[in-house]
Amino acid sequence: MATLECIGLTKRYGSVEALDSIDLKVEPGRITGLLGPNGSGKTTLIKLANGLLTPTSGKILIGGMEPGVETKKIVSYLPERLDIPTWMNVTQLLGFFRDFYADFDLDRARDMLAKLSIDESMKIKAMSKGTREKVQLITVMSRRAKLYLLDEPIGGVDPATRDYILATIIGNYDPEASVVISTHLIQDVENVLDDVVFIDRGRIVLRSTVDDIREKEGKSVDALFREVFRC
Amino acid sequence: MDWEFRQDAPIYTQIIEGFKLSIASGELKPGERLRSVRELAAWTGVNPNTMQRALTELEREGLVFAQRTSGRYVTEADDAVDRVRRELAESRVADFLAYMRKLGFSAGEIVNIIKEGDN
Repeated sequence: MATLECIGLTKRYGSVEALDSIDLKVEPGRITGLLGPNGSGKTTLIKLANGLLTPTSGKILIGGMEPGVETKKIVSYLPERLDIPTWMNVTQLLGFFRDFYADFDLDRARDMLAKLSIDESMKIKAMSKGTREKVQLITVMSRRAKLYLLDEPIGGVDPATRDYILATIIGNYDPEASVVISTHLIQDVENVLDDVVFIDRGRIVLRSTVDDIREKEGKSVDALFREVFRC
Repeated sequence: MDWEFRQDAPIYTQIIEGFKLSIASGELKPGERLRSVRELAAWTGVNPNTMQRALTELEREGLVFAQRTSGRYVTEADDAVDRVRRELAESRVADFLAYMRKLGFSAGEIVNIIKEGDN
């Protein structure tokens, strides 16, 4: 069964059509890049998968279920904005996540924090933007989830940290789990992706594997993206 | 191994090339155990499925072999290193010749240029 499935998924905000009848399947064990320019519908799709928005029409299913309490147990979500309580220090935050999620792996989180030399006694609000992003991503990747939905996970960090974060994603997802990464920083992520979905103004304009694009087009996903979305 | 990937070819083919180069140069020794797919993927910065695909292809070509429980190893076949060296060399030579012909050099001229260049 597909980890994530969209069937005729449509979302309108008033007269604005954010997603227009999307059909999409994400299979277990695959890393999918959701790629599109700003305002193309990436975040809307991810929010629908998390039950933060409801479809105008059509369906979105996680492991066959509509988003709700049961799917939140198996979906680990990194929002595009910081949404962790900033008054907590890291140790408190880890306790908070462990209380909320039965699949939270405390050892894994501690190990990653140590590798990035993040002090557990530090309060979130005292951290730089990049460090907050790292901490938030660590909490998300420390869950043993079936589906990771990462909305712009590498937007605000330096290139060395970006490499570490991508290695963290590769190294930590379960072989049966799926990862969806939304981003417009394609060059940085394309080596870690299996599949790509190009989305433009609420529609899927291309769906392929990274290997196929390179083999058939003789160019990188990044280069193809620049062609498809030339302004 | 240098894991800078080119833009114009699939990543798994470049990984295969990288392994072949390491086998040919002796950086990877016959019988040496390879790290797990996941470790290799994290090390090279690619997706585990991509690494798996590359290793499966290397297995198919007889350059690595899998042992049911203990992982993958570099082949110990005597001719493997020679075969890979030969193959990589031929591929480079083919590219080089195509380039030189584009520049308008004849076979004889190309041979002379190589001799001069190797001094």
